[in-house]
Amino acid sequence: MTGTGNIVARQPFPQAAKVRLADPQLRSNLRRATHTIRDKRLRVVGELPDWEALRVSGAAIKDDVLARLPDLLDQFEAAATAAGATVHWARDAEEACAVVTRLVRQTGTDEVVKIKSMATQEIGLNEALEAAGIAAVETDLAELIVQLADDQPSHILVPAIHYNRRQIRDIFAERMPGVDVSALTDEPAALAEAARRHLRAKFLSARVAISGANFAIAETGTLVVVESEGNGRMCLTLPETLISVVGIEKLLPTFGDLEVFLQLLPRSSTGERMNPYTSMWTGVSDGDGPQQMHIVLVDNGRTETRADPVGRQALRCIRCSACLNVCPVYERVGGHAYGSVYPGPIGAILSPQMTGPDAGANRTLPYASTLCGACFEACPVRIDIPEVLVHLRQRGVDAHRGRPSAERTAMGAMSWVMRDRRRYAAALRAARRGAAPLRLGGRRDHVRHLPWPLSGWTGTRDAPLPAAQTFREWWAGRGRG
Amino acid sequence: MTAREEIMRRLRAVRPIPPVTVPRGYDRGPIAAGPAPTGPAADGNAPATTTSGGTDASGTDASAPELIELLVDRLVDYRATVTHCDPAGLARALAGLLDDVPAVAVPPGLPGGWLSAYPGTVRRDGAPRPLTVTDLDEPGLAVVTGCAVAVAETGTLILDTGTDQGRRLLTLVPDHHICVVRTDQVVDRVPEALRRLADPTRPVTLVSGPSATSDIELNRVEGVHGPRRLDVLIVAG
Repeated sequence: MTGTGNIVARQPFPQAAKVRLADPQLRSNLRRATHTIRDKRLRVVGELPDWEALRVSGAAIKDDVLARLPDLLDQFEAAATAAGATVHWARDAEEACAVVTRLVRQTGTDEVVKIKSMATQEIGLNEALEAAGIAAVETDLAELIVQLADDQPSHILVPAIHYNRRQIRDIFAERMPGVDVSALTDEPAALAEAARRHLRAKFLSARVAISGANFAIAETGTLVVVESEGNGRMCLTLPETLISVVGIEKLLPTFGDLEVFLQLLPRSSTGERMNPYTSMWTGVSDGDGPQQMHIVLVDNGRTETRADPVGRQALRCIRCSACLNVCPVYERVGGHAYGSVYPGPIGAILSPQMTGPDAGANRTLPYASTLCGACFEACPVRIDIPEVLVHLRQRGVDAHRGRPSAERTAMGAMSWVMRDRRRYAAALRAARRGAAPLRLGGRRDHVRHLPWPLSGWTGTRDAPLPAAQTFREWWAGRGRG
Repeated sequence: MTAREEIMRRLRAVRPIPPVTVPRGYDRGPIAAGPAPTGPAADGNAPATTTSGGTDASGTDASAPELIELLVDRLVDYRATVTHCDPAGLARALAGLLDDVPAVAVPPGLPGGWLSAYPGTVRRDGAPRPLTVTDLDEPGLAVVTGCAVAVAETGTLILDTGTDQGRRLLTLVPDHHICVVRTDQVVDRVPEALRRLADPTRPVTLVSGPSATSDIELNRVEGVHGPRRLDVLIVAG
């Protein structure tokens, strides 16, 4: 039961990355944003003397959930049902979309309001609803920007991170229905006000809302949504019907376990001590909030991921996006290069596992990393992302053992040369002679394209030229000059 | 095979994962030895007759001045406005905060005396009828509530639909929320606060500052969809 939907890259990472690297505006937007969040995060994390203990507990609670997942799902379903919710199950993206579409149709409406949710992006819900004649209105400001631009999100937390204020102003002026273009400046406050006006009418008239959930409490059947703008509260409170799409790994065993995650999540994601609004609700409440409550529990490759003893730690992820903001690769290529709705280091281990061994272009994602380890340091639930990256690379190599590749041919030649001292010295001399013409006419110390099989290396990075003089030559000649 | 059966079959087909013991080495507050709140109450959805946050739940000196100082620092950092008063001055202090406000919405159980010095219109939810979204969307309307518990370390007010806080939409639709916090409702950190909630299966809302977004170049802008203005009135216990 492998995962489907928007977690499959359409082209290999190296190709996608190359396109993005050529966009200096994107790199500058990304650099400013990731550095701002990472500095804020470090500051508020530093305020808690027990941060490391919270991380250790958070990781263990999630591991406990994965160990006892079937029993906890049973418990959650029973508790939520007893509280008045209806629980549905979906094997993959298509099935999840079909369930939600059917539930919306039953209400007789053709417009729904949505809270930003990774799960619904993962299953491609907006597209599926549109195909069924149902308009899905994103109410998170950044998601609204991306939706109006007919674009894809590029960051888990700040989906419109790749746009600056001038670009956002132009998108609103061109695409937002009823916007007063003459009054629209590129001031963030003016842009937020325009979004508020645009969405207020939708909130007050919407009959159906669709959300995800940051946490689902097995003990009580409670769902938790963490947000900033209040659009989440609007969707969770005003409509008659609420449909929540929840990955099966989102469970926490007890309500008390939230004491760990409500400290880990805001500090790790936005660098705040606490996000402005957190909502918790259990089934339906008389006279308060939606009176019809549906929960769709989604697998979509999670059972497959859980089956791998090394790789399953990726399912601890609470979608804080701290790993994106510290990743030198993400900072330069942005989220779109990863193809999946899960970009950055976590996406590099989550997407290929969810899509299974025949993952197409997703097989290139475990190589989208320098293995520097910054992501592990930042992760609030201690996912050892480098460990899983290496594990998945190994799995990929094992699956293709015996087939010729540029890398294997190059490594084979290298091995033959390096086995013999004279061959090695001769090769170094030849390399210096060969490189000498490349140095003429400039101070170049690297080369962009090498012939096959070395093109396998320079296809994605520049190769340094050999030094003009070896250490041995320098040593032999020292004191003579 | 239904989706549920197949997912369960796949989960149970995996070689048993060894049980995990969860270490709790972080700061759990003054009654760390006690269990975390468990189990929904029998009447999960019924509002309690009293506000939650009883004095029995904690052994701290909740009115410690450092704790209040920390709460104020955090609230101000989130651009909430903070005012102080003593119990005798509560009505006057509230009237002061509502100086330019023509009408206020209040939950059914808001103590009657709180608004005794306020000359404007008071719309009490549930009497004679529940307030509608349209009522609450009236320009210039403010809402006054109490809270269940406040977290100093994070500047967070927790509302659990107790009778002095009311339904969720009361504190959501109006553009101006005034929340009254007694100093004995203030705790240091999140674990202690969650333990104080009377019943976690009631709708619970955590509020930290006014509505805000940072989606445009990470510039914080207050008041996107929720209340743009949050006033906190701290009443000395």
